[in-house]
Amino acid sequence: MAETRSLERRTPAARPLSPHLQIYRLTLTFLMSGFHRVTGFVLYFGILLVVWWLFAAASGPNAYAKFEWFIGSYIGQLVVLGYTWGLIHHMLGGIRHLIWDTGRGFGPQEREWLGAATIVGSLILTLIVAGISYLAMGGPR
Amino acid sequence: MSADTGKHFRTPLARVRGRGAAKSGTEDFWLQRVTSIAGVPLTIAAIIIGMLLLGRNQAAVAQILGSPFVAVTMILFIVCIIWHMKIGMQEIIVDYTPNESMKLTLLLVNNFYSWIVGLISAFAILKMSFGV
Repeated sequence: MAETRSLERRTPAARPLSPHLQIYRLTLTFLMSGFHRVTGFVLYFGILLVVWWLFAAASGPNAYAKFEWFIGSYIGQLVVLGYTWGLIHHMLGGIRHLIWDTGRGFGPQEREWLGAATIVGSLILTLIVAGISYLAMGGPR
Repeated sequence: MSADTGKHFRTPLARVRGRGAAKSGTEDFWLQRVTSIAGVPLTIAAIIIGMLLLGRNQAAVAQILGSPFVAVTMILFIVCIIWHMKIGMQEIIVDYTPNESMKLTLLLVNNFYSWIVGLISAFAILKMSFGV
């Protein structure tokens, strides 16, 4: 028995693979699940922005001026906005997963509602954060 | 089942407790939940701290980031989310990497990246705190 098993392992047969993402209908829960992983992946690199901020502030006025120049640029503002949205979306998506971990929220309406709450909630919270930040920086100039 | 137990003297429960050759299994799963629970209030706190420091000059930012309460909050935030993102990226790597050597390389890079990013952040905050 053990011998045949090791022989099989040496020459893996070309077996058909199970179908992947392409065969499934696009649903909100499917989309939010993918989005949770994508935002997590992007935030992994987005943390560099926070590190740069902390390191520049610790280094001195010149280093901080470079950071501020980047943050003040259009690309910088877009990156910060994207990072903030990703962070908030991943946080709300995480709360959704924690609710699921307790065994609740799997019903057909509940899971749709949670998915919608994640995307709508993240957009609203991001707009609030961006709006307050915009006003704190002096509003329209 | 009976044929299985006939081969060795350990009970099924004892074998389950041994958790096979890896000797562990759910640690990362559990820590991912722990860091996600802690991450919610810490992320909210970090966003608020970031917003409060908008537009201030370097001296003011360094002073506030270095004040005890803010510094401890930021260090907790950094440790928590970097731990979380290290486990998360590890999950992505083992899910999608087809060959073993590339998987091992990426896992190493993930480890180094997480430690470097975490240590730089913690060092920067401590430096502002102790003012050296």
